[in-house]
Amino acid sequence: MIVRGREAWTGRVFLVLLMVATIVPFVSLFLTALHPSGTYPAGLDWPSDPQWGNFLTAFNAAHMGELLTSSALIVLGVVPISLLVATMAGFAIGHLKMAGRRVVFLAFVLGLTLPFESIITPLYYQIRDMGLLNTRWAIILPLVGLFMPFGVFWMRAHFVTVPGEISEAAHIDGATSWQQFWRIQVPLAMPAISSLAILLFLWTWNQFLLAIVLVDDPTQRTMAGALGAFQGQWGTDIPLLCAGSLLVLTPTFVVFLIFQRRFAAALLQGSLKG
Amino acid sequence: MAGATLTPSAERTEVRPKGAKATGRAPRHGQRWIGWLFAAPAIAVYTVFVLAPMVQTVRYSFYQWDGIGSSPWVGFANYVRVFTDPELVGTIVHAFELIVFFSGIPVLLGLAIAATIRRIATSRLAAVARAVLFIPQVIPLVAAGIAWTWLLSSDGLVNQLLSAIGLGGVTRAWLGDFATALPAVGVIGAWVLLGLCTLLLLAGMSKIDPALYEAGRLDGAGPLREFFSITVPNLRQEIGVCVTVTVIAALASFDIIYIATQGGPGNTTMVPGLEIYYRAFVERQVGVASALGVVLVVLVLVCVLPIQRLTREES
Repeated sequence: MIVRGREAWTGRVFLVLLMVATIVPFVSLFLTALHPSGTYPAGLDWPSDPQWGNFLTAFNAAHMGELLTSSALIVLGVVPISLLVATMAGFAIGHLKMAGRRVVFLAFVLGLTLPFESIITPLYYQIRDMGLLNTRWAIILPLVGLFMPFGVFWMRAHFVTVPGEISEAAHIDGATSWQQFWRIQVPLAMPAISSLAILLFLWTWNQFLLAIVLVDDPTQRTMAGALGAFQGQWGTDIPLLCAGSLLVLTPTFVVFLIFQRRFAAALLQGSLKG
Repeated sequence: MAGATLTPSAERTEVRPKGAKATGRAPRHGQRWIGWLFAAPAIAVYTVFVLAPMVQTVRYSFYQWDGIGSSPWVGFANYVRVFTDPELVGTIVHAFELIVFFSGIPVLLGLAIAATIRRIATSRLAAVARAVLFIPQVIPLVAAGIAWTWLLSSDGLVNQLLSAIGLGGVTRAWLGDFATALPAVGVIGAWVLLGLCTLLLLAGMSKIDPALYEAGRLDGAGPLREFFSITVPNLRQEIGVCVTVTVIAALASFDIIYIATQGGPGNTTMVPGLEIYYRAFVERQVGVASALGVVLVVLVLVCVLPIQRLTREES
């Protein structure tokens, strides 16, 4: 028991140290953001005269209102479309056992490891030819495609576990595959779908590469993409940059706090399956 | 995987009464093709926005093209450049050096931490920690990059701490120094991935049968022995997942480096992802950028597939 007690204490100390290491960058951002604009504060240092106004200045300088709207619109485009399309395909591959499903599934799975950078160049010319450059569709449509490997993989994993008897019963009742999908399968799949929704929201909101390549106007981008532009513009004004960074990460942070348990579960499962 | 997909259909044929077989088969056969209708939108959007661009990348890689004018066929010349031009080879070398930080530190340190906190995994402190350790996964990498750029700057907290413990001599602008920029970028990646790895490994440890540890204790195994002969072998799958995720993050890194160093100083932190971006959109060397893109895809597959095999086979 004595050994256990000591182990538990080392465990606690480790855990606290790890948490401190995780939080310190944010504390540093926060303290720096409170210093007078344009100064170079040293490390962790509580300012003598906290400049709470910096957050307001950064909010206006970064056009935060427009950014929130833009990111929200992009998420509203990407997440519902991806969920619907991925759920249908997962249903087809995992449950309807369509002919040739192995090949189709393999094609999707191979996409799981694809670095976005490898296709960003042709994607740029393709989006340009479609006349979508500098619109939010330039981010939405490619992201839906890029999320398909994971989405299909995730939903197939769910539908494989649904017992066949359920669709047998629906067939006897004369339901078409489409009715069966909407009335029986989608409600049953809700836990899997909502976890996927959380992950897709997060990955869309934080998407950076597509935003900086395909959209020039920061106010049409995702939050993360706009922060890149903000850094370019205000990079020399450290307190303002720190305030802007904190503002940009606040929305995901708040959503994370609200759905904390689901987030954690989804992220762990997500990486386990991916 | 194949076994899992076969089982339900086998069960279904068994359950069905004999008379129903003939009538049951027709709709089921139709169903196999209706499946294509359900899968069609996903296949379409995946083809248009992922597969087609990938094919295009391969095609571009055989041409010399500035994005506007004519594009002469150059065969494998772009690939030869990727493997001979010191700057381009350098990006690949850097990507592999980053694996040490992005994968090595989070997985090894994560294992050590998870093993240490295993006993208190159900405490209230651990519940709080679980939330806190996820934060780096939730925020945009860009924000992590900005926060760490500031921490590692010449006036930053890292130097302040070093001076406080009497190491004032080693302080420097970590991201601006030729010798330390790449490790410094690696530390940012390690910070982002450490929490995720720790929690994944901890979740895996909670699934190990406690009786194994009891037996180990009775045999007089110390914590170290316990760690290497019980914990690690039982965590193959979780370790595999951590390594896979982090290796991909290292090879395909972009956001953090774009924010923290833009590849500099010199080219000391230039990685394939960033090089592709510069070549394609700044220097207008679409062919070279595409060849590097193809090489990057292959590198990721070459690194990830063996890990998958090693860790999945026995489980």
